[in-house]
Amino acid sequence: MRIDTTKEHSELAEDFIKDDEKASWHDGALWWIRQKRDIQANKTPQWEELRQAASDIKSNVISNLQQYLIQFEENLTKNGVKVYWADSAEEHNEIVYSILKAKEIDKMVKSKSMLTEELNLNEYLQERGIEVINSDLGEYIQQIDNEPPSHVVLPCIHKRKEEIAELFHTHLGTEKGMSDPTLLTRAARKHLRNVFHSRRANLTGVNFAVAETGEYVVCTNEGNADMGAHLAEVQIASMGLEKIIPEKKHLGIFLRLLARSATGQPITIYSSHHKKPRPGHEMHLILVDCGRSRLLGLKDFRDSLKCIKCGACMNTCPVYRKSGGLSYHNTITGPIGAILAPNLDMKRQADLPFASTLCGSCSNVCPVKIDIHVQLYKWRQEIVKSGYVSNSKSVSMKAMTLTLSSPALYKATGKTGRWLLKHAPFAVNNKFNPWYKQREMPYGPKESFGEWYEKNGKKDGKE
Amino acid sequence: MTVGLFIPCYVNQFYPGAAIATLELLQKLGIKVVYPSRQTCCGQPMANSGFEHLTQGCDDLFIENFAEFEYVVSPSASCVLHIKDHLHSQKDHLAAESLRGKVYELIEFLTDVLKIEKLDASFPYKVGIHQSCHGLRGLHLAQMSELVAPGFSKPKQLLDMVQGLELVKLDRQDDCCGFGGVFCVAEEAVSVKMGKDRVSDHTKNGAEYITSADLSCLMHLEGILHRSKSKVKIIHIAEILNANL
Repeated sequence: MRIDTTKEHSELAEDFIKDDEKASWHDGALWWIRQKRDIQANKTPQWEELRQAASDIKSNVISNLQQYLIQFEENLTKNGVKVYWADSAEEHNEIVYSILKAKEIDKMVKSKSMLTEELNLNEYLQERGIEVINSDLGEYIQQIDNEPPSHVVLPCIHKRKEEIAELFHTHLGTEKGMSDPTLLTRAARKHLRNVFHSRRANLTGVNFAVAETGEYVVCTNEGNADMGAHLAEVQIASMGLEKIIPEKKHLGIFLRLLARSATGQPITIYSSHHKKPRPGHEMHLILVDCGRSRLLGLKDFRDSLKCIKCGACMNTCPVYRKSGGLSYHNTITGPIGAILAPNLDMKRQADLPFASTLCGSCSNVCPVKIDIHVQLYKWRQEIVKSGYVSNSKSVSMKAMTLTLSSPALYKATGKTGRWLLKHAPFAVNNKFNPWYKQREMPYGPKESFGEWYEKNGKKDGKE
Repeated sequence: MTVGLFIPCYVNQFYPGAAIATLELLQKLGIKVVYPSRQTCCGQPMANSGFEHLTQGCDDLFIENFAEFEYVVSPSASCVLHIKDHLHSQKDHLAAESLRGKVYELIEFLTDVLKIEKLDASFPYKVGIHQSCHGLRGLHLAQMSELVAPGFSKPKQLLDMVQGLELVKLDRQDDCCGFGGVFCVAEEAVSVKMGKDRVSDHTKNGAEYITSADLSCLMHLEGILHRSKSKVKIIHIAEILNANL
């Protein structure tokens, strides 16, 4: 089912938490992955040095992006890969369509591409009579349920196996109520095997694009990206500009970090290198900007382009774990999504940087050391300055600042019924008093510390 | 040594006991403590809500109140972190910079500046430590579970000096409680869910008290405990370190 795109994160999260038992299960499932990540990190010598190295390499990449992209394009061309540049979703989708149309292809299989989710490629192609099937199990499940992925690496982590059983019963004809994960996977596999055999075109995302050699690497566990690439005569790869790494040897750092951070595996089952088309086959690669070069120009936020989409920040984020990925109403969810989204549409995504307690756990697990929680704080300032904040909040913030900047006013209001009780952040939107809904208010003591100190603090002459 | 006592606005108004304990504890350790009476708030609630540009008045007032002291100490990790990270002044840049360097949260002041090795305190109860995120990941009061690095814990170091106190082991040593300033009302459902889950980690592991360097977290957890009529109590760490029960 589709989420309600008019709702804010807090409302969608509240909907998710209504099923408290499921929210706890979701929290536990992701926490378990976070623990698996911790075990792997602690078993890897020089883990923190690896993170620093990866971060430094990516700093170099985003500072010299133009040079690396040109080098990558040259090498791709030498290898016989056709290269395209797309500034927008529309341009990207048109390119894919033109490639398919030239070969009179009306069915395509897709794998490992969050980017084409961001660009709404499936809808675009479907409107033009081209059927797209997402072949990775999680993405396939989300597609048949007409829902976007809720997590970059675990697209249907918010669904329990019973919900998947129900979907498979409807779409694949499995026995009603049969929710054995192995049997469900087999049913999907059998169906998808037929899909692979009948598709002439395959599209994948890119994990790492090596400027030095003009090859790209796709990391998967299921091998669907490989099967698609091997069977199809037309192979398309779509990548964001930031996926570049300078040299092949740098993969030694990124591949060690990626799977450990993502799922707590030492490495993905497949780390496949794609370099040149086989005789009689075609390879196309589309470099997509879509807001990325704009982000590059924002000093405080450009480091978010270092992201390798491991999802570790989602697994560790307590807000994500309790609220579910779909509550972020953005293709990339969780903390990293909340700092990427405002660059794409600040008005619609104005709530996301506020969907955080700024606890900082995200920045600590990030394998490329993006200062995610600092950027969340900075986006809040940008959003308020741009006026995407409710009037009532602006007024109450100004009143609060005035009072808190004035000792006399603060003392006077404090005495008259604990002014903060009404105006402090935990009660600032006082209309329905959300604090009190599930929590008791703090008991107001009969005197403040300041009042006590006036009477008692100075008596002992220690001031 | 004269210490300026910085008591955050909500501690002043709701939890004077923690402020008194901080004052008494420092005095017991032979420190001269002064509480500048014109202090209000560090400005964090506005800044974290995106209104940092409105906090200059709070910053100026903070500098006016505390610039003269050798050290500034506060029983709130979150407010101290805000000062350390964000205190600025148009009028006196140097004063702001100097203050950012000499403001301390109480625990780190005891372990890093005073380097105390023993305490005359007793508290015969089972206690769970709630690591506030700003204390943990901002001020590094303990090792963060995400990092590969040797473990340490400054609050534990101090609580181990308290007679009769038994620390309970939690399932999740440093998961956020969900207070988060304005987050606790703007994202009420998530905030309460996070808080309930933290409370249940402490209660199922046998804690009679939940303690922390931050009363903002504890105020949120207390609201949840009171609503469920739980017998488990919250207590600021200063009150334990100052206790003689």
